[in-house]
Order: sequence, then C-alpha cells, then structure tokens
Amino acid sequence: MLTSGIILLAGSLLSPNPGLIFWTAITFVIVLLILKKIAWGPIIGALEEREKGIQSSIDRAHSAKDESEAILRKNKELLAKADAESDRIIREGKDYSDKLRSDITEKAQSEAKKMIALAKDEIEQEKRRALDVLRNEVADLAIKGAEKIIKANLDADTQKKIVDSMIQDLSTKRN
Amino acid sequence: MKRVNVIQAKAFLKVVALLAPLLLNANGLAFALPENASGVPQKTATAVAAPAPVASPAVAVPAPAAAPEEEKAGDVIMHHILDNNVFAFEPFGSVNLPRIVVGGFDISITKHVVMLWVVSAILLVVFSVVGSKYKKMTPRTAPKGLVNAMEALVEFIRTDVAKANIGVGYEKYLVYLLTVFFFILLCNLLGLVPYGATATGNINVTLTLATFTFFITQVAALKAHGVKGYLAHLTGGTHPALWIIMIPIEFIGLFTKPVALTIRLFANMTAGHIVILSLIFISFILKSYIVAVAMSVPFSIFIYLLELFVAFLQAFIFTMLSALFIGLASAHEGHEEHEAGVAHH
Repeated sequence: MLTSGIILLAGSLLSPNPGLIFWTAITFVIVLLILKKIAWGPIIGALEEREKGIQSSIDRAHSAKDESEAILRKNKELLAKADAESDRIIREGKDYSDKLRSDITEKAQSEAKKMIALAKDEIEQEKRRALDVLRNEVADLAIKGAEKIIKANLDADTQKKIVDSMIQDLSTKRN
Repeated sequence: MKRVNVIQAKAFLKVVALLAPLLLNANGLAFALPENASGVPQKTATAVAAPAPVASPAVAVPAPAAAPEEEKAGDVIMHHILDNNVFAFEPFGSVNLPRIVVGGFDISITKHVVMLWVVSAILLVVFSVVGSKYKKMTPRTAPKGLVNAMEALVEFIRTDVAKANIGVGYEKYLVYLLTVFFFILLCNLLGLVPYGATATGNINVTLTLATFTFFITQVAALKAHGVKGYLAHLTGGTHPALWIIMIPIEFIGLFTKPVALTIRLFANMTAGHIVILSLIFISFILKSYIVAVAMSVPFSIFIYLLELFVAFLQAFIFTMLSALFIGLASAHEGHEEHEAGVAHH
C-alpha cells in the first residue's frame, strides 16, 4: 500500500514529456506510412483477391450443383418415360397376342364346324345317291323278276298286283 | 547445496530455474541502490534483516528504519516503469542516450523512444518479409509459417474489428487500425522481454496514439455528416433551450473517449509491471527465501503469464475501441436509430 502510494505521489508517471510525444508521433506516422506501402497494401489486396476467388469458387460450385441436379432430374424423367413406354408396349403386345389367339381359335373352330357340316352334307348326299342307286337297282331287279314271272305267268293284272305289293313291301322294309 | 548438486542434478536445475528471476532482480536492486538510496546507511538493512522473518517483531522496527527500506523498493519499481535517459543492461553496464534540446523543447532520445524504434524496426522487418511474400502470392497459393500467423491477425483486425464496427467504408481506416494494433502489441510484448521497457506504459505514448484516434474520429464524423451535421450532433438533437447544457456535455464527451483510451492502455501496462516487481520485492523486504520460493516466484510467473494475455488484450481493445469510435462517428443513422440497431444485433 505504502509503495503504491509513493508511486502515485511521485507523480512522474503522469508527468508530460513533449519530447516523447514528439518522437511517438513521428515514429508512428513513419511506421504507418512505410507499412502501408510495404505490407498493408499487398496483404489486404491479396486477402480481398482471395476472398473474391473463394466467393467465385463457391458460386461456381453452386451453379455446377444446380446444373447436375437439373440433369439428374431430366434423366429421371426420361427413365420414367421410358419405363412407361416399355410398359405400354408390353401391354399392347399382350393384348394383341390375346386377341390374335382368340381370333385364331375362333376361326379354327368355325372352320372345323364348317368342315363338319360340309362333311355331313356330303355324307347325306352320298347316302341319298346310294339309296337312289339301290332303289333303281332294286327296281330293275324287280322288273327283271317280274318279266320272268310275267313270261311264266301271263296273267298280267294279277302279276302286277303282286309286284306292286312286293315293291311296297320292300320299300317299307327298307325304310 | 553442492552435495545436492552431486546427488540430484535435476532437482538442483529446477531450483535454479525458479530462483533465476530472483537472482536477476537481486542484481537490479544492487544496481538501483547506489543511484537512489546511496544515503541509506548499511546499518538499517541489517537491523531489518533480523526481525523480518517473524511477523510480530516487524511491527517493533522503528519507523525511520522501515520507511527508507520501502522507499528503496518503490524507487526501484519506478526506475523500471519510468522513462529515463539511460538504457541499462544491468549486469553488463548501460548506454547513455543523447539529450537533444531544440528551441527550448527537450526532445532527447529516451529509453522509451529507443523501445519505440526497436518496435518499429521489428515491425518493418517482419512486415517487409510478409509483404514481399504477398506480392509474389497468387490467390491459389496458401500462406504458411510467419505469413500465415500475420495473416490470421490481419484478417482478424480486418473482419472482426474494422468491418464489424465501422461497416461500409472501413477500408480507409484499416491502415491505421492495423498499424496501431501491431504497434501497441509489440510495445506491450517487448516490455515483457528482459532489458525491455514498456513504451505503452508511458502515458505520453498512449496519449499520442489516442490523439491519432481522436483526430481520425473527428475527421470521420466531419466527412460523414458535414460541418452542419457535426455541429448539430454537438447539440445532441435536443431543443435549443437545452443547448447550454448539451453542448458542453457533448464537447466533453468528445474528449473522454481518447482520454479513456489513453489511461486504459497506460494503466494496464504499468499496473502489471508494478504488480510483478512488487511481488518480487516482497521477498527482499521480508528477506526470506521461503516467501521468495512460495510466493514471489510463482505469483510473479502467474502475473507474467497474465501480462502476456493482457498485452494482446489491450492492443485488441485499443484497436477495437478506435474502430468503434470511428464507426459511431461515421454512422449515417441518427442516434436513436443507431442504438436501436445496436440493440438488435
């Protein structure tokens, strides 16, 4: 306490010294001017340049990112479109093939039905023809038989009646 | 002690490391003694020596014997703090500095002037190296070593001090702020070096630096508001009836800022040195090795480390407040708007 009191009382701490003020001012101003020339100018210039460089790099990175995102989005869109397209094509192919199959089977069935019907008709015709031929044959045979009978038995009327009744019998039996 | 030296060299080295500052200061005391206290008889020193280790007999020491003893310590401290015309390298001798008187003004080269020149020389050398590196540098190359260290400080002053406090147009004041920061920082640090002196612990130096801030602040205010705006600012924007009170208050307010800057830096730098020296002198006043080892050395080392921090802190605060004053003076808004803006931030 006493020491600090003496220091304060000594007063020389606060005594003005114009020489020191003069030298401080001169020294400081000279240092300031020289440093401005040799140090602060280049340093601050370089710092500002670097700041600008970093800013532009960041800007460029951002724009590159935006660009790549846009490209990615576009690619995704294209992919989705291609997917839809392929789906559509597959679906259409399936539909077409289904239709084609049903068409073909239908056609084949109708064709088969037609053929069956045709065959039936033919069989019927053949049968009728065969019957006709048979009938003619039978008639001829009967006539020949009748001729013989008639030659043997000249009673034509009775003979005829007999023949008729025979034919009648034949036809009924046939049917 | 020699036996210990043989057995435990390491422990001895530790003790020497602890006692080294004390031994140096013992030399300082011896140096100061013939100059300041030559009239003090040798008898009083021995008289104090005997009762000092015990506290209660120290009261019994006669007052005329105690006073010169403490005056001696005070004188030595003052010798360290104050400016003088001798640059002392204490165990080796001293250099007498030239006295120059021009037109009745004493502009002799004192110890603090030499320190200012040493600071200037170091600054110029360091920054000429750094500046030349920057001239060669392209934006793509990264700084390293000393350049990187200086860049960190320069960038800090540029963005966090100048840009943050002044805002638009801070570039004009950047040169001053950077110079004042490094100048004060180096002055503060050189005060902590052996044989160094703290030029910023001299009120004349800090007053000069604060005067620069004052003038720059006033020029900034005049540029920003014009002569009319500057004078209007002195009225505080109040009714003309209050001008008779407001103008003196605002006028004094102009000067309180640089005065606060002056005293803050000067007092901080001086106080730290006085505390360190006082702590060391306690052991001499009490003439006790126990006090020296247990208190003076550890505490003065602690204060020394604190002083290292304060050296940076005070350089930063001076620069920061200079920037703040310039920013306040050149603020384009009115007082209320500015305060609202500050409150928002």
